[in-house]
Amino acid sequence: MQVPAHCEYERAASVEHAIRLLTRYGPEARILAGGHSLIPMMKLRLAQPEVLIDINGLTDLCYITVADRELRIGALARHAHLLDSQVAGQYFAILHDAERVIADPIVRNWGTIGGSLCQADPSEDLSAAFAAVKGTMVIAGPDGIRTVSAREFHTGPYETQVGPAELLTEIRLPVRPGGGSAYLKVARRAGDWPVGAAGAAVWLDGEMIIDVGIGLTAVGAAHFAAAEAEEYLIGEAATAERLARAGQIAAEHCRPVGDQRGPADYKRHLAGELTARALTLAVRRAGGLADRAGSPAA
Amino acid sequence: MTVNGTEYVREVEPRLLLIHFLRDELRLTGSHWGCDTSNCGVCVVWLDETPVKSCTVLAAMADGHRVMTVEGLSRGQRLDPVQQGFAACHGLQCGFCTPGMMLTARWLLNRNPHPTAAEIREAISGQVCRCTGYENIVRSVLWASEAERAQSEGAQSEGAQ
Repeated sequence: MQVPAHCEYERAASVEHAIRLLTRYGPEARILAGGHSLIPMMKLRLAQPEVLIDINGLTDLCYITVADRELRIGALARHAHLLDSQVAGQYFAILHDAERVIADPIVRNWGTIGGSLCQADPSEDLSAAFAAVKGTMVIAGPDGIRTVSAREFHTGPYETQVGPAELLTEIRLPVRPGGGSAYLKVARRAGDWPVGAAGAAVWLDGEMIIDVGIGLTAVGAAHFAAAEAEEYLIGEAATAERLARAGQIAAEHCRPVGDQRGPADYKRHLAGELTARALTLAVRRAGGLADRAGSPAA
Repeated sequence: MTVNGTEYVREVEPRLLLIHFLRDELRLTGSHWGCDTSNCGVCVVWLDETPVKSCTVLAAMADGHRVMTVEGLSRGQRLDPVQQGFAACHGLQCGFCTPGMMLTARWLLNRNPHPTAAEIREAISGQVCRCTGYENIVRSVLWASEAERAQSEGAQSEGAQ
């Protein structure tokens, strides 16, 4: 029987209240959102917070909307909300691609976007997706709010920029014209963590790549991104050969570690192949590549 | 919290999991306790409008909310069409996964009254059955979908007369 160790429980009534509670209890307090990462870790004693601060009552953090040319996702939005959100899928198909392969429908009903990001598991899919679309995280603290780019958000495995008295409240994704995006994952079975996964977002002017973001999951990529491959593509024409080469560059620069999900060289192969395929799908969704066999933007 | 329409007030330890609250405190043992790691899905109950894995939810988190377990699925003596479907199509053998499967099936049919077999398989993809190979579970849910379609068409034609 697995049960968490004894802890105290507080229920936050507002973001400000949550921050006051975090300030009062110090670094041994943990925010409890969906709990689908934290509670299993507490059962295994990998996490042993003295106080849980339940934020599930903060329903004003539970939204997905477009404002000021940004898609804004409240940190307490559940995975199922993101997958059901028409506006999210319309602007960022990558988010629906990723959500379809995160855990299972029942876990997605309760697990939250903010919780996943703050857990900062190196195998977590949304971190790479948000790195690809170059999102911004909004963090509230005792002195007000501050913003951090998605790529600076993670400081290492299971570590983020969010301080002991701070709370992630929102993710903002800039909506720009000419965009297309995609996410592809290889897993051992339905609902499992990835062996490897890649996400791509491109912004085109005709065939020219104006901007590109490549996110990599579970393959040891710094900041969940493939910066060298992005550099190779920016300002160039989106040809099949160039996208394939970008995949190779991404594979060369990541640092996968072999484990029970697969050996390092296989994960490196996946990083390259999935990057090339995600780029191809993203470009097609943005209306690029002469062959329009790919799915339309959706 | 309100469980199957009845309000309960209890003082619990913060670390108490919802599944243990339901089974040990309220003696609602229809919900099963399986893998303890939110993988197997035998502990699925509804929290407000959606099914969740109750081994990964604290009882305290359900405070002020509505919970529905398999005991709340029937209307008095009348079984839910999903329950009838599992009986008609032999959707269970050992029965360990069945309460969670039926609660997820009810949720799916509320959202999507006429799902395809593939959609049913997707919906139950976070739940493990070691007896049926899933085939009879899928048939049971399709049976319930058909039964509800026939029932609503019957009600409509009656209304037209």
